[in-house]
Amino acid sequence: MPRHLNIHLLHIGLLLGSVACANAGENTANIAQGASYPAVTDARLAAPEARNWLMYRGTYDSWGYSPLDAINTRNVAKLKPLWTFSTGMTEAHQAPPVVNEGHMFITTPHNHVLALDARTGALNWRYQRELPEDLMQMHPTNRGVALHGDKVYLATADAFLVALDAATGEVVWEQQVEDYLNGYYMTLAPLAAEGLILVGVSGGEFGVRGFIQAFEAATGKPAWKTWTVPGPGEPGHDTWPGDSWKRGGAPAWVTGSYDPKEKLTYWGTGNAGPWIGAARPGDNLYSTSVLALDIHTGKIRAHHQYHWNDSWDWDEVAAPVLIEQQRAGRTLKTLVHAGRDGYLWTLERRPDALAFVDARPYVKQNVYSAIDPATGRPSYVEARVPKLGERVEYCPSLWGGKDWPPVAYSPQTGYLYIPANENLCGAVKGGPAEYRAGEMYMGVKVEDIEVMPTPEAKDHIGELQAWDLASGKRVWTTEFASHNWGPVLATAGGLVFSGGTHDRQFRAFDASSGELLWQQGTNSGVVGVPVSYQVDGRQYIAVQSGWGVDAERKQQVLNQQLGTKVQVPQGGVVWVFGLPD
Amino acid sequence: MSAGDETSGFRAARRRWLEGTVACAGLLQVSLATGASPDPARQPPQKGDVLAFPPDRNGGRDITTRDLVPGGEPLLAYPRDPASGVLRARSRLNQILLLKRDPDSLDRIATRHALDGVLAFSGVCTHAACGVSSWKAETARLVCPCHGSEFDPSAHGVVTAGPAPRPLPILPLARQGEHYIVAGAFTGKVGVKKP
Repeated sequence: MPRHLNIHLLHIGLLLGSVACANAGENTANIAQGASYPAVTDARLAAPEARNWLMYRGTYDSWGYSPLDAINTRNVAKLKPLWTFSTGMTEAHQAPPVVNEGHMFITTPHNHVLALDARTGALNWRYQRELPEDLMQMHPTNRGVALHGDKVYLATADAFLVALDAATGEVVWEQQVEDYLNGYYMTLAPLAAEGLILVGVSGGEFGVRGFIQAFEAATGKPAWKTWTVPGPGEPGHDTWPGDSWKRGGAPAWVTGSYDPKEKLTYWGTGNAGPWIGAARPGDNLYSTSVLALDIHTGKIRAHHQYHWNDSWDWDEVAAPVLIEQQRAGRTLKTLVHAGRDGYLWTLERRPDALAFVDARPYVKQNVYSAIDPATGRPSYVEARVPKLGERVEYCPSLWGGKDWPPVAYSPQTGYLYIPANENLCGAVKGGPAEYRAGEMYMGVKVEDIEVMPTPEAKDHIGELQAWDLASGKRVWTTEFASHNWGPVLATAGGLVFSGGTHDRQFRAFDASSGELLWQQGTNSGVVGVPVSYQVDGRQYIAVQSGWGVDAERKQQVLNQQLGTKVQVPQGGVVWVFGLPD
Repeated sequence: MSAGDETSGFRAARRRWLEGTVACAGLLQVSLATGASPDPARQPPQKGDVLAFPPDRNGGRDITTRDLVPGGEPLLAYPRDPASGVLRARSRLNQILLLKRDPDSLDRIATRHALDGVLAFSGVCTHAACGVSSWKAETARLVCPCHGSEFDPSAHGVVTAGPAPRPLPILPLARQGEHYIVAGAFTGKVGVKKP
């Protein structure tokens, strides 16, 4: 449809008073021709076709693994860009391109959703949320959509859940999840399961009380809400002194995983607030934990707290990876988590428990003096526990061994791929925290937060590590001079894809050996989640390049510390790669 | 909207979108016109408003000249409508930082807006709209704790560190007895310019 005609129709629609005003700007050819949109059912979400990437990590078990193998170790060197699309936005483009039968959906900072033709990059529609003028955005990013039925779901920076018509981008319903004026916001991709849309909230630095909430996919009606900080009378409430639970943090700001057989959904939680544990003595359940929730009721069926009374800002929110492993001759249903605390955790998923199996450091960590072999509870080196009014050093830094970027697991190799940061320590000095609704509630001044490269950082900081989960051993490591913020994709082509470095590269590695097989310089730093999909028999690799938020902030800190002048250009671009015809 | 850093393609797309939005705004105005009057507690500072403490500090009373210490930490203030008594504290954009500097330390623009060295800045960071709630005494900088932007109050709020793209806007002041009165609108857009 010619553009002027499109505008013309919009105006006629306004005259008739029948057009929804929200962002109806850019409908183009595909929709006008009535291209059908295949519904996303619960059954499809539980067993997605190999050719599609229907959710944040591709599958409910959060493997970040594509069974497609047309692009493989033998031909990946020929991989080339097939199309790109500039989003027109700055800041961190972290969302995966989510693909349903050739319909691609991406999100950008400031809550735009773009629907693109996955073969050509043609724009079908663009939704732009009108965010409130007084909205603060500590993390101007968004991590993608969820799909269910004929709708596309977006969790917004002003704490709404929005359902869009997948074919047109028009708002079907929107539901307020919380009041942004109280410090709540959302950056995660929602999780669609069993007719529900699940979200978790951000705001741990702003005195929120974290929660995970489910809404009916069709209507937006609230179904259940589970606080990550227990209230009076609930188990775990006594791990909080006084009224500290009311502003206890423990936000769930990254998408959880789901086991459709057991009907349990697994969510990681962030640190407790304010930052310094001495301000809230106790374990502070369920901060820095993983929760197993009944998908239908939200009831907490099991939990495991990775570390208690956090003072290091080690959120443990990254999507827990659900695997079945052979251990000592028996099959274990496990949950694997590469923690921000620098440990690789393995838990056993039992019907009513998350049992500790083992934990081992994957970067240098000097805080834990021991880990209880029965419970997994760490003991701390007292000198490494931040205190009020005293500067304390610890390793790894507040950004941890790994922050939010997701790991990937390949069933082909049995390896877990961790985008890690080594050779960085930190220091913090705590102070009093004064609560004002919607304002920062950390109890730590920004100038009292330090990140300190160790002497080895001159050699490298970023790593991509491969761990053999059967043996519990690290099998290869690729090192980068840059820090690494690259989410990981593994494929059946024997490949691992990741970016994340400040040199703007997007790379493919041999999943077995770690050998670099291909790389492509992009417009910006690649902090987006890479995916693979197939349309008309052709396999594609897709990722957003668009540096910002914590990667940018950390770069500025490292420039000061290392005397470097690295500047990573901003601006989001969707890159789609394939083999030549 | 600043279009200086946009590609022509995006500008065109934005223009198309704006055309739709402008058309929509017409409908919005209609609905607003038939609705309730705007909430005075969310209105921006109005000329003649008195600067007052937030409700949880000093009982929310009006700030006086005696509250300001030369070279001291900034005070968080909100505008209060003297006629109705309404404190305009229901918009984050109305956070005001009031502080007193040595008049000799001020640059030309700051001097123009200062009353005996007293200046009022927007307390909302121009980067991501976080509250500029920290004060670095050793360098006399207003600091945003979200992303570390720093502003020099003596140099009319210019950015001296961090990602903020613009100075903190200044709120022109007048004195009425021992109180500070809003004398005009902020000198620039408060908070973030839309991307």
